[in-house]
Amino acid sequence: MTLSLKVAIAAMVGSLVPGIAVAMLLARGRFFGRQFLDAVVHLPLILPPVVVGYLLLLTFGRRAPVGAFLAEHFGIVFAFRWTGAALACAVMGFPLLVRAVRLSVEAVDRRLEQAGETLGAGPVWVFFLVTLPLILPGILAGMVLSFARAMGEFGATITFVSNIPGETQTLPTAIYTFTQVPGGEGGALRLTLVSIVLSLMALWGSELFARRLQRRLAA
Amino acid sequence: MANVSIRNIRKSFGPVAIIKGVNVDIEDGEFVILVGPSGCGKSTLLRMIAGLEDITDGEIRIGPRVVNDVPPKDRDIAMVFQSYALYPHMTVAENMAFSLKLKGASQAEQKKRIQDAASSLGLLPLLDRYPRQLSGGQRQRVAMGRAIVRDPQVFLFDEPLSNLDAKLRVQMRTEIKELHQRLKTTTVYVTHDQIEAMTMADKIVVMHDGIVEQIGAPLDLYDRPANLFVAGFIGSPAMNFLDGTLEEGGLRLPSGALLPLDRRPPLQAGAKATYGVRPEHLEIVAAGTAGTIPATVAVVEPTGSDTTVIVKAEGGNLTVVVRDRVSLKPSDPVGLKPMARQTHLFDEHGQRVADA
Ligand SMILES: Nc1ncnc2c1ncn2[C@@H]1O[C@H](COP(=O)(O)OP(=O)(O)O)[C@@H](O)[C@H]1O
Ligand SMILES: [Mg+2]
Repeated sequence: MTLSLKVAIAAMVGSLVPGIAVAMLLARGRFFGRQFLDAVVHLPLILPPVVVGYLLLLTFGRRAPVGAFLAEHFGIVFAFRWTGAALACAVMGFPLLVRAVRLSVEAVDRRLEQAGETLGAGPVWVFFLVTLPLILPGILAGMVLSFARAMGEFGATITFVSNIPGETQTLPTAIYTFTQVPGGEGGALRLTLVSIVLSLMALWGSELFARRLQRRLAA
Repeated sequence: MANVSIRNIRKSFGPVAIIKGVNVDIEDGEFVILVGPSGCGKSTLLRMIAGLEDITDGEIRIGPRVVNDVPPKDRDIAMVFQSYALYPHMTVAENMAFSLKLKGASQAEQKKRIQDAASSLGLLPLLDRYPRQLSGGQRQRVAMGRAIVRDPQVFLFDEPLSNLDAKLRVQMRTEIKELHQRLKTTTVYVTHDQIEAMTMADKIVVMHDGIVEQIGAPLDLYDRPANLFVAGFIGSPAMNFLDGTLEEGGLRLPSGALLPLDRRPPLQAGAKATYGVRPEHLEIVAAGTAGTIPATVAVVEPTGSDTTVIVKAEGGNLTVVVRDRVSLKPSDPVGLKPMARQTHLFDEHGQRVADA
């Protein structure tokens, strides 16, 4: 269970910066290949999770090009490690995160940013002083979605990093294991309850925080 | 402070030309108002001065410097938006401190500058509030305060008063003008409201459909409009227009009445022309008087200080404003006598001919 939390939190935190960057790019960028990027980001939402897991295995597996390169030069190994589970969850949750952030970026009144420019702020300052605080609720919503997705991720995880107790066994895969052995119903039920409680806590926590933010941002 | 020079400026959005070659010279310390109907390109021109829109063609200088390729943050301007564009996540004080923080001003200096601006705008009790806790008028002041604190070379205002109620608008007009007299910072101010333009500007630029129709001091535009557009746009109630044909001795109206002209216009007899006269330059006299426009009273609207009389004449309604109280009733026949030297004549292309 702590492993599941660790995986989900790592997935959420790790995808945060790239998620915001891609959302900004999709919402604001006018460049060739924007449609393509949009499609790629959304792929995990429509592909069967097993396919995503297999694609990850093909890319980040020990003998796969990217996986071997990372292992050799940086000592980063994803295959059959908890980091791999986190990567699988991050990829699966990425479209949800990007969507939520992108919607909030599109809702930002451009004149607020332009006012910042006329008051002497360059693009970087405008982003950190104006845009970022305004899209915080969207970022938060995206993080909750991506966290929830990570807590529930099954197909991609089990395909990519298997189901190794203590290393890559997350809540859903553990529940699955329990249901496969005779007399495991008790364990499965216990973990199901844990899963429900964790998800509700995440939802309430973010709801509380979001409401406070919303009140601060109300025009 | 700086002068602003706008040279042959053009702007297109895609294939659509919005600004079609505009020249304006704004002196150091001048209060210039861009006025024109909605959609004529005023905001676009202002945003080009601010650097928020690319310049398709032409040149803009602030002071001696060509700013075409200078980003907004380096133009040393401050803009006040119609929507105020206050930061909802910052207090009034933080909003006003925005430009100072970026400049790296010391805490002490920030505090002093904010106090100064806030006290001149009556914002001192509101410094810790958030924009959502303010009324429209207070937000408007905060937006001005944020601009003032920056102490820029040029203030740019885009319809800053159009979201306020009528009474507050009149009050803020005076305040902005006083502010300008105190700070003497070059100001470019956009509005669609010609009364705002008349009351506040040192110089008015009348725009229409992407071009400048006329530039001048408020009363110059009022007394000598260069064309029919300016004549009809400046002044409220609007100038009355009568179409007719020039003859020896005056302008022949379709009704047969002959309007005497003050001067002989440099136009051929038989040329079509439009005669213009402001509502306060028409006198109501007995029906049938020679050289007057025959009409009948339609509506009488007393405002207290003066009375607006709408009359039906051939070719449409005319408006007359009289200072004296009148005892006219609907459908009374009257004659309208234009005051000497207070009339305007426009040729068939709508250009001013000379004082009629
Ligand atoms: N970003 C834009 N893209 C396309 N057309 C625009 C854009 N901004 C303004 N326009 C058009 O330019 C014209 C002038 O707009 P604007 O300068 O806002 O007018 P005004 O401020 O005088 O009411 C309008 O017809 C408007 O639709
Ligand atoms: Mg406008």
